[in-house]
Amino acid sequence: MIKGNIHSLQSLGTVDGPGIRFVVFMQGCNLRCGCCHNPDTWEISGGTEYTPEQILEKVLRCKDYFGKTGGITISGGEPLLQSEFCYELFSLCHNEGINTCLDTSGSILNEGAKKLLTVTDRVLLDIKYTNDADYLEHVGCDMQKPLEFLTYLQTQKIPTTLRQVIIPTLTDSEENIKLLKDIAEAHPVVDKIELLPFRKICQTKYDNMNIPFRFGNIPEPTQETMKNINKLL
Amino acid sequence: MTHENWNGFKAGVWQNEINVRDFIQANYTEYTGDDSFLAGATERTKALMKKVQALFALERQFGGVLDIDTATVSSLTTFSPGYIDKDNEIIVGMQTNRPLKRGVSPFGGIRMARQACEAYGYKLSETIEDEFRFRTTHNEGVFRAYTDEMRLARRCHVITGLPDAYGRGRIIGDYRRVALYGVDKLIEEKQKDKAAMAEKPFVTENIKLSSELFKQINFLGKLKEMATMYGFDISGPARDTREAIQWTYFAYLAAIKEQNGAAMSLGRVATFFDIYIERDIKNGTLTEEGAQELFDDFVIKLRIARHLRTPEYNELFGGDPMWITEAVGGMGEDGRTLVSKSSFRVLNTLYTLGSSPEPNLTVLWSKQLPDGFKKFCAKVSKDTDSIQYENDDIMRPIYGDDYAIACCVSAMKLGKQMQFFGARCNLAKLLNIALNGGYDAMSGIHIGPQMEPVADEKLNFDSVMERYDIYIQWLSQLYVKTMNVIHYMHDEYCYEKVQMALHDTDVERLMAFGIAGLSVVADSLSAIKYGCVKPVRNEEGFIVDYDTTGDFPKFGNDDDRVDSLAQDMTHRFIEALRKTETYRGAVHTLSVLTITSNVMYGKNTGATPDGRKSGEPFAPGANPMHNREENGALASLNSVAKISYDDCRDGVSNTFSITPEALGKTDEERIDNLVTILDGYFAKKAHHINVNVLNRETLMDAYENPDKYPNLTIRVSGYAVNFNKLSREHQREVISRTFHTVL
Repeated sequence: MIKGNIHSLQSLGTVDGPGIRFVVFMQGCNLRCGCCHNPDTWEISGGTEYTPEQILEKVLRCKDYFGKTGGITISGGEPLLQSEFCYELFSLCHNEGINTCLDTSGSILNEGAKKLLTVTDRVLLDIKYTNDADYLEHVGCDMQKPLEFLTYLQTQKIPTTLRQVIIPTLTDSEENIKLLKDIAEAHPVVDKIELLPFRKICQTKYDNMNIPFRFGNIPEPTQETMKNINKLL
Repeated sequence: MTHENWNGFKAGVWQNEINVRDFIQANYTEYTGDDSFLAGATERTKALMKKVQALFALERQFGGVLDIDTATVSSLTTFSPGYIDKDNEIIVGMQTNRPLKRGVSPFGGIRMARQACEAYGYKLSETIEDEFRFRTTHNEGVFRAYTDEMRLARRCHVITGLPDAYGRGRIIGDYRRVALYGVDKLIEEKQKDKAAMAEKPFVTENIKLSSELFKQINFLGKLKEMATMYGFDISGPARDTREAIQWTYFAYLAAIKEQNGAAMSLGRVATFFDIYIERDIKNGTLTEEGAQELFDDFVIKLRIARHLRTPEYNELFGGDPMWITEAVGGMGEDGRTLVSKSSFRVLNTLYTLGSSPEPNLTVLWSKQLPDGFKKFCAKVSKDTDSIQYENDDIMRPIYGDDYAIACCVSAMKLGKQMQFFGARCNLAKLLNIALNGGYDAMSGIHIGPQMEPVADEKLNFDSVMERYDIYIQWLSQLYVKTMNVIHYMHDEYCYEKVQMALHDTDVERLMAFGIAGLSVVADSLSAIKYGCVKPVRNEEGFIVDYDTTGDFPKFGNDDDRVDSLAQDMTHRFIEALRKTETYRGAVHTLSVLTITSNVMYGKNTGATPDGRKSGEPFAPGANPMHNREENGALASLNSVAKISYDDCRDGVSNTFSITPEALGKTDEERIDNLVTILDGYFAKKAHHINVNVLNRETLMDAYENPDKYPNLTIRVSGYAVNFNKLSREHQREVISRTFHTVL
């Protein structure tokens, strides 16, 4: 029986996909983004093991709250590192009529990932930056990977939300938003772009884990900035 | 019977008997649209509200009480008429002769009245002191009859907050009857009932009832007299909307003049008023703006209602509440919704007049409610934190479709059921007393069955439960007997004459017991069962603390292992209560509700096996203990939803605080998500939820800078308060609660 290594469960998620969502945060990530607010999900080991059935049982307890639009979201960490488990879990959810949503960096596109996408109703694709240099410097992978992933989503016709964290000096320029929009327009499966403000409440997590928060000196965007930048969409 | 003021109403049995429900069902207009028809406040309303705001500010400056009339016993006709601004009020009537001036009500207890005056720098007049030297109050009656054990239970705080020194409240007169029928008809019916008593055996119960009917009729007369003082003749039915609201308000006003009860709820008036509004609008004598203005003026009157209470009372029930609870919405038994345009109008007062804790607006939620109404409620919650929700789908099958809520969560059929309020007992303290073999280490009092304290090095679940049950059985019978004394004496010395006159003579009585510390007990038993709990003893061998290690499931995470312990506890307790006979054959009910007394209960309870420190507050109502919820809000809601309403017919209170960000990204999303959460929660047969959508930072800022937030309203436990009116201790406890946030 396959088991997933899970960081934590959030029974009420309203910001990771449409409606009310049960969010499963997977343990382990292949990237090390400077803006990451979940450094405690990086290490491959250290989570809690669950079978897909055990998670399903918990999700079903929340099914009454999903309404017409909600469901399950798998986030992380990087879910694609445990695509087999995610596939099993999403398949079980589909049997129960529960909508499935995958929150990913799109940095892995192997057979496991492709299989997982066959039971995925929506992808929240984190496009961290819109240029190669920033990707290489602040993420640790090249930009082609998420773009290839997106192209694949296009071929599979999976509704996609593009997400980007607005980090002052890095992603808050008009130019950047324009490039992001270009990417969206080139892929009609993208029906929504979400800009998320860079937040630093995770500083304490970094401190507790005794690892440096590389973006610790960058200020959070103001509400005004977020408002203006959203107008560009 | 017919009456010209009923022209335009559909006929029904309501014409031949006192039956407001039948009148509503025959005549109301359901509304399934959205809030776009609503009107704003008129200039008149704004000007009047400005005056009221200034009075509120003055009251705050005076330390919470603006003025007390220490020489007049509050009753229906003892004060000359009072106004805020006579020429500009459209609904009139005040408890005393000036707004926010409080009267004294010594019938509950002269000591309470005296102490309350003294707490605010006043002195109860000699005349009143003299008069009451020769009268017995409710409080004196109770203490004459209390046994030594009852006094001890009170002193060590294992049963507290009992209405033995103050008015019991929790009785809702069907105030609408005055508007629909006029007072003369009500007197006539009561006279018939009294005459019919002659055919019955004249034994204690019937003699008692006969004498009560005399008092009811007498006070209906005084009600008319009170209205006359304001220039109204309310002997006949109300003629139009303004009169319907005015007549109903007079009846409510009479009740709060007569009784300083713990909770003085209003009932379910909005859709009743709506029938008059629809008729007047059809006749061309009223506009939407006019209808809203009438609601606004009525609600202003409710917002300035005050009772005089002692600091000890405020410790139990913080924030100076009246619990003027109005039940809004719900479904009818025939499948039509009871939502009318006036259900929107009464909620709209939170916009036209600004947010406010009173009246305590309580939405009766059903899956079947129209979408437009659901969304409007969610919007109001998000914007004002001023409303609470209760599950119509589980209450309607029991109480029908004309029930209302007394206080926070106590349902009763309007005019047909009344309640004997019984505060609550402390289950967490009882666990400590049981483990110490009948000794309360906090107070040093020996109480209950006496046996050796538990001697085990590590607590064993089965033997703890066996022992705990002995004490539950003991406390239950003592609790029922204590309540019997209290309510016998309240009926005797502080009978609710006006309110009971607005009930059927043959009334059904409920006796409402309560428990505090449910989540503390559930987690404690879970720690004993799944973790390792070693008692720490003092030199005398009594347990004073616990060394708790190992992981154990905690209430609030949707984990059946511990949630079933909480379910078992409420079931065990109500079953135990039912074994002891009640006064006047009242039906035993149970609530899991603390108001703000969770702080006081915690203060009086030593360390508990769940790891809670001595003196630390309990969670309010049925809430999980603060910050022990590890799986997010829905898991927490699910745990509470498992507490059975069949066991807890007097209500299961849950207070839910969430940051706006955690509810969604846009206002529209937040509204939709809140509606979906409420639908989901109530589909699980949960009973009640208070919803706060706010940030902890706001509360912390309000704690430091109260002047910046004069009207900050929050839901606490079955009611709402102005944050500034809470004590510092209560404010800190509210701030420390779990806020569901974005990860």
